[in-house]
Amino acid sequence: MARNTSPARKWVVTVAAWTIGFLIFFPILWIIILSFKTEGDAIKSPLAVLSSGWTMESYHVVQERSNYFLHFMNSVIISLGSTVLALVIAIPAAWSMAFVPGKRTKDLLMWMLSTKMMPAVGVLVPLYLLFRDFGLLDSRIGLVGVLTLINLPIVVWMLYTYFKEIPGEILEAARMDGASLRNEILYVLTPMAVPGIASTMLLNIILAWNEAFWTLQLTTKNAAPLTQFIASYSSPEGLFYAKLSAASTMAIAPILILGWFSQKQLVRGLTFGAVK
Amino acid sequence: MATEQSRTAARLMVSPAVILLFLWMIVPLGMTLYFSFLRYNLLMPGMETWTGFDNYYYFITQPAFWPALINTLLLVLGVLAITVIGGIALALLLDQPFRGQGIVRVMVIAPFFVMPTVAALVWKNMFMNPVNGMFAHMFKAVGLQPFDFLSQAPLASIILIVAWSWLPFATLILLTALQSLDREQMEAAEMDGAGWGSRFWHLTLPHLTRSITVVILIQTIFLLSVFAEILVTTNGGPGTASTNLPFLVYSQSLLSFDVGGGAAGGIIAVILANIVAIFLMRMIGKNLET
Repeated sequence: MARNTSPARKWVVTVAAWTIGFLIFFPILWIIILSFKTEGDAIKSPLAVLSSGWTMESYHVVQERSNYFLHFMNSVIISLGSTVLALVIAIPAAWSMAFVPGKRTKDLLMWMLSTKMMPAVGVLVPLYLLFRDFGLLDSRIGLVGVLTLINLPIVVWMLYTYFKEIPGEILEAARMDGASLRNEILYVLTPMAVPGIASTMLLNIILAWNEAFWTLQLTTKNAAPLTQFIASYSSPEGLFYAKLSAASTMAIAPILILGWFSQKQLVRGLTFGAVK
Repeated sequence: MATEQSRTAARLMVSPAVILLFLWMIVPLGMTLYFSFLRYNLLMPGMETWTGFDNYYYFITQPAFWPALINTLLLVLGVLAITVIGGIALALLLDQPFRGQGIVRVMVIAPFFVMPTVAALVWKNMFMNPVNGMFAHMFKAVGLQPFDFLSQAPLASIILIVAWSWLPFATLILLTALQSLDREQMEAAEMDGAGWGSRFWHLTLPHLTRSITVVILIQTIFLLSVFAEILVTTNGGPGTASTNLPFLVYSQSLLSFDVGGGAAGGIIAVILANIVAIFLMRMIGKNLET
């Protein structure tokens, strides 16, 4: 880094970047603050809010009145379930496309991607009716299935781009040393593939956790994940700022933390490997 | 190198994913297409009759269709304008050396991880609410009348909310691209006396072109189907002022129980998305070759 920057310029950039960063982050910071206030204090003017007392009350009330824990667990089960299922289907597929590519591998990958381009609303009606007829409306298993399928193309793609980077020579060396196919996969490839699989998993959990079309359409109460639960605050409950803030803070906290770990993979996964 | 045996194994390993995705694509879409030619109302089960293109005709000629189509496009274009221009500016800023780079980066990326329903409700209640929202407090503090964002300018407000969620995505990708810019070339241009403007125009921007295209195309795919933000803020209103195509299909099929009409709308949405998808697939396909 041989860039010569004057101290004055660095100072200006620092101030500008911090100001803009703070403004962008502010709505999140604000709900965290409001979640520790009483309802009465939360609707006051910003300065009065800051100078008022702190309390954990809203967190207790949200859990007591609405069984927050159930919705939280629904989110966990649905996002983890769909991610694991997608990985189970995608790992062998991506594996064989990366290591035993055929003439049509590229077309196959492009076709998989094209299924992701279909807008959800185009299949809303039949899916809703199918779910109704099979008794899957408001069921966790139904949502796990749908989220697995909508994220499957991204999972295959991401894994493919990671597997592609594992050098083929290592495989040949292992084979020369007399490793069987089973040992080759277990002891040579798997350890090298773990980081890629882990990042794919992370990104997919984030996407599934925040998915807000099918979760809103196909659940109402028992299987409702946090997206749907928070949506129930849209009126008139939303006027209870402190409770909405507490519920929101708990809903976004796990993903914010996971997300910060996955910045790099995010770029790669969401651009289907087009930007690394 | 690959033996016949390993090819067969490979095919077996790919097939579950292919079969599932094929079914996922073809079955519901086929049903949508089929329903779109039926007069089919959920309130009158067993009365389905073939109507040809009537559903399409009624869907397109209903008064809400053109506003919905225009709103869909405005939403996409508005968010794209804010996130691409803002994203370039932010990426350029964050690419400079300054104190606390890591922390600022984390703050800028954070909104992307906020689920759409939370993002929309927080903006709606805590910021845009005309009585207790922060903007109302700020307006009052300087002696202005509070502005009711979501009923006076519903679409613009939704564009703002969605742009807040997507700005981090654009910034992150453009920043990643900027970091692969050739520093030496930059410095050489600087020494040759090229000003900031011409360096940006002739070196940085061309370098970013591909990433900008990717950002635009991928965001467009997602922005064409914005739904949750509308549902929890304005419910498409007032009137149809903030109804987009997905919301119109939803309200027609699941609120008015008109399955046939909703299906026709769904097919129209699919066609619209496919026009964009074709461009995106070409882009990504090209990258796959190099």
